[in-house]
Amino acid sequence: MIEPFTTLTAVAAPIDAPNVDTDQIAPARFLRRPRKEGYADVLFHDLRYSASGVERPDFVLNQPAYRDARILVADRNFGGGSSREHAVWALVDSGIRCVIAISFGDIFWENSVKSGLLLVRLDEPNVAALRGQLHAQPGAKVTVDLERQCITGPDGRELSFEIEPARKRRLLHGLDEIGVTKRHEAAIGAFEQAYRARRPWLFRHGAAQAG
Amino acid sequence: MAGPRTLLEKIWDDHLILEEDGQCLLLVGRHLAHDGSYHAFSALEDRGLTLRRPDQTFATPDHGVPTVSRNVADIADPSQRRVVEALPVNAAKYGFTLFGLNDPRQGIVHVVGPEQGVTQPGLIIVCGDSHTSTHGALGALAFGIGASEVVHVLATQTLWRKRPKTMRITVDGERPAGVTAKDVILAIIAKIGANGGTGYVIEYAGSTIRAMSIEERMTVCNMSIEAGARAGMVAPDEKTFEYLKGRPFAPQGADWDAALAYWKTLPTDPGARFDTEVALDATTLEPMVTWGNSPEDALPVTGRVPDPADAASEVQRAAWRETLEYMGLTPGQRLTDIAVDQVFIGSCTNGRIEDLRAAAEVARRGKAVVPAMVSPGSTQVKRQAEAEGLDRIFKEAGFEWRESGCSMCVGMNGDLVGAGKRCASTSNRNFRGRQGRGSRTHLMSPAMAAAAALRGRIADVRDLVAGG
Repeated sequence: MIEPFTTLTAVAAPIDAPNVDTDQIAPARFLRRPRKEGYADVLFHDLRYSASGVERPDFVLNQPAYRDARILVADRNFGGGSSREHAVWALVDSGIRCVIAISFGDIFWENSVKSGLLLVRLDEPNVAALRGQLHAQPGAKVTVDLERQCITGPDGRELSFEIEPARKRRLLHGLDEIGVTKRHEAAIGAFEQAYRARRPWLFRHGAAQAG
Repeated sequence: MAGPRTLLEKIWDDHLILEEDGQCLLLVGRHLAHDGSYHAFSALEDRGLTLRRPDQTFATPDHGVPTVSRNVADIADPSQRRVVEALPVNAAKYGFTLFGLNDPRQGIVHVVGPEQGVTQPGLIIVCGDSHTSTHGALGALAFGIGASEVVHVLATQTLWRKRPKTMRITVDGERPAGVTAKDVILAIIAKIGANGGTGYVIEYAGSTIRAMSIEERMTVCNMSIEAGARAGMVAPDEKTFEYLKGRPFAPQGADWDAALAYWKTLPTDPGARFDTEVALDATTLEPMVTWGNSPEDALPVTGRVPDPADAASEVQRAAWRETLEYMGLTPGQRLTDIAVDQVFIGSCTNGRIEDLRAAAEVARRGKAVVPAMVSPGSTQVKRQAEAEGLDRIFKEAGFEWRESGCSMCVGMNGDLVGAGKRCASTSNRNFRGRQGRGSRTHLMSPAMAAAAALRGRIADVRDLVAGG
């Protein structure tokens, strides 16, 4: 169900602004359609299209060189704000599999792995240098190798990145988290019983339910 | 467990089932759901899974509900209506507790949880909404999750998380007149940045926080996410216990005594270490207003719109330039010279009874010269406000008195700010398009928003209520 992430060589697009929040990635008015109907058209909708629905030529993903981008290189706090997973859905449905930035919104960070979207944190000078190269050579490709934990920029320089082992494994194998958790059913059940025994009041809604 | 521990560490350890690959599997104490949880319930069904703990799941519709009435037919967008209608269907099917649209306990989920005593100290609380951090004000670890994790919690009542870093923000000193909890948290975000808390859970401490009511602490914790933090929390104290006692879902009788004994063990031990410490002097604060499209773009109301020429970096300069263009502002312009088109008072940040009292205290001094709307944070808050006559004050001052919901904070129910229109808002996000495509939002406290309604521009509330 989740597409594994191994290596990816693709066009990368620079997103220069800091604080690109999830309201910009997926505006609120599009969030109620069923998941299976897809969210590709929602991605950066109000940055990408004018009020009358015409493409804005100045937006980076509308420019011919970047239209096929599958990697984004952003700045700090990409994906901050709302918990809407639709932001991740809009990205992956548009073919984006990797976002590189200085930092990410915390909930966006947790959501990304559920759809096989790799988020890579690099420091400010490296992110700025990568974006500089992408501006200088529109349409240039970047390679992301998750197994080796390294990125190769248009200049051929390799940049290594850190990733938590659990995250890496889930992305590499497209693991479903509920499946992972279900393996621990016995431990969960035992813990739950002990928790209930030491916090019994949490399980008696007495007055509220009787009344 | 050896050594002094923080409030966060105590709650974490108490809910830790096991660790694997550096990730902790945590038991979830309470799961709060709302109309937007619809995607998760659909996925649960598609996967043939079922709700593991109906008794630990509580829901109320808020994001898409109409504020003109309690009638779902008043939701204009059919997809939104379908989602609001799906919640009671799922409640009946799975058997969780629902405070439905016509229930007097309905409201914004982050107002309702504490109000009903569902939120309690020492719990791990999750909800498919980023402002779940609000519940940390009662000494819980509470954070927002996405739709896939909502499915995970529905099916397993657990969640995987890496141990977060700890940050303590100590705010000391007496707040000057006119400075509210909203101003304190906006000042904190301006200081540490919209990503200053990334990877952290924040504990708010210090005399200013201790002196705050539980409702004020909720305002502070609510916006922790706007500082990038996973959660914000305040150690439970006598105020917390006093607040909870007698609430419908709070423990009763012997249970209360047992719970209280446990809650009293929760505060951070003396000598416990935080990964980062931040200090703020409350005595120097002023009422705050945001000028830009990130909550970090907050300044004292006496300030001026910044000049991109003064930005610290080229990236920042470009971002500020674009922000000023979007917001229709000029560098150097006084914040109090910014005219507003409308005013919104409400949301999970500032929709509680104390917020409405503060706004009414200003509203009673004049008439709104621009459209102004008040949407109480819950139906119970609405009734309380009506019992106190606050609704009359607002109506006499020309404010619209609405029903409870997320309303214009996120605009999903059709309560929108028009393109190019400027709104003084007590909500939590000034993002581009947050209140409607092309909307321009300025965040501020309820009293400041009411002042903006009376003046038709951003105003220093201290000028209106000088001398009380």
